[in-house]
Amino acid sequence: MSGYSTQFGSIDAYERGTVSVIADDPKNYLFSNMFDVAARSAPYERVAVAKNFEYVIEVARAEGVSGWFTCAHDEFVTCLDYPCEVHLVKLDDPDAAVDPESEGAHALAALPPGKKMGRIVLRRGHMAILPVGAAYRFEAAAPATLMIQTIDGPVTSHQWAAFCQSK
Amino acid sequence: MAMNEDTGAASKPANPRGLPLQASFAVEPADNRTGYRTFKAGSFGFRRDGYFAHISWPNGRHQLAVDVFLRALMRDVAWGFFYGTVNFDTVFGTTNYYGEVEMFAGATNESFIKAGTAFIERFKADELMRIFKEMIGDWTNAGYDPFAAPMETGAPWGSKSGDNDPAVSRKRVTAKRMVGLPGDTPLRSDASGYPVNRMFADVPQDEPEVYAEPGFEHEVSAFNLFAYLSRSDVTWNPSVCSVVKESLFCPTSEEFILPVEHGNDRPEWFVQLSDEIIWTTKDRDTGAFRAQVVCKAGDVCVMPADVRHQGFSDKRSMLLVWENGSPKIPELIRSGKAPNVPVKF
Repeated sequence: MSGYSTQFGSIDAYERGTVSVIADDPKNYLFSNMFDVAARSAPYERVAVAKNFEYVIEVARAEGVSGWFTCAHDEFVTCLDYPCEVHLVKLDDPDAAVDPESEGAHALAALPPGKKMGRIVLRRGHMAILPVGAAYRFEAAAPATLMIQTIDGPVTSHQWAAFCQSK
Repeated sequence: MAMNEDTGAASKPANPRGLPLQASFAVEPADNRTGYRTFKAGSFGFRRDGYFAHISWPNGRHQLAVDVFLRALMRDVAWGFFYGTVNFDTVFGTTNYYGEVEMFAGATNESFIKAGTAFIERFKADELMRIFKEMIGDWTNAGYDPFAAPMETGAPWGSKSGDNDPAVSRKRVTAKRMVGLPGDTPLRSDASGYPVNRMFADVPQDEPEVYAEPGFEHEVSAFNLFAYLSRSDVTWNPSVCSVVKESLFCPTSEEFILPVEHGNDRPEWFVQLSDEIIWTTKDRDTGAFRAQVVCKAGDVCVMPADVRHQGFSDKRSMLLVWENGSPKIPELIRSGKAPNVPVKF
């Protein structure tokens, strides 16, 4: 028997599936493809591709250096195709940067005072924690696709009609 | 397809049918011919022979191929009755009310419903679980693993022949924050008994490059999720790998057929991480076909709260099941305060 070949996608090479309805509306399935969303997005635009009450999964096109973000709860980022670096800074006063009761990621106009925590180089399939109390930014030499587990917040973009299968 | 450990409702379980709790259970001695025990829960009876599981109830009976029954029973046990309804097939199943459970024959089958012959009884979840665990233990023979893909395990047929308790009593993996963090769920490796699956032999096993400053070694953390999934020893059994409050990332590796038709009581999201799964969806309450959904790597879709779904995966694939573990959701949906579909566009 020949070996098995595992199929992954990437921002520049992906194949999209489909919803075929028998007695339904394809819109009910909110069907999309993360690489398609990343390919059509601006760098570091955080586009919701899944939403369940307040929670979302965002997809971002990593390209170049992002601005700084912070959040009042943990978030998790997974690299889906090409390398991306995550830089982390422990904020001296996280509550001054973001309301501790708030949800979702917040963009920071400038990096507040803090201590450098380190950096992580992510490749396909790697997941990193974006811990509460930290600021973070991404850096990618070439376009890459990131998936972020978070909560709907001020930087979450909703564009469902632009990429979900509608018929 | 995954379930939070603390999803049990804090308040009294909903009981929309107003059913009384059944408290009668029995385990009969092993049958002289087959060697298997028979079981009773309320008015339901369970018997297995060489090829089939036989279920009986007042004025009705049903049978399933025993491999189908054992794979479904294994998930119902492992998932603590799960979210919503677990249809073992088009006739028999359970519906979870989080602390109490309905067991039914025909309650989600249009023919039974129209004929008025559906039969439903209600149990305390822990009491019914005890019987189900005894059943999966007794009815699973040595060499057969109901969690495994059919090509990776022995056959379940024939008379009683040993057991496989280590396989049927696996503990589901539930990270508290993220896999690999200090004190949390550990990574999988050859040394820990998780070799790379034969169908994922080509999945890179490299780990992220982590450069932590002194003092932050335990907070700067990452792991290879795809490598972790390539080493899963089970199929259709999501494990929690990262948690944002009640948002649970529950990735799993899938091969062959999801052993149940899952009628979730809330929207359930699927993120296809590799390869392909074909989903059949049916009306949650009647079983009428609604759609076929083909998911390829990178695809995202939601299963609405009013469907049941079953997946088919030829090549072993990686699926991220995304659940919202909030115990408030079923009541919000029942009361019409939450939509079956999470986003309208």
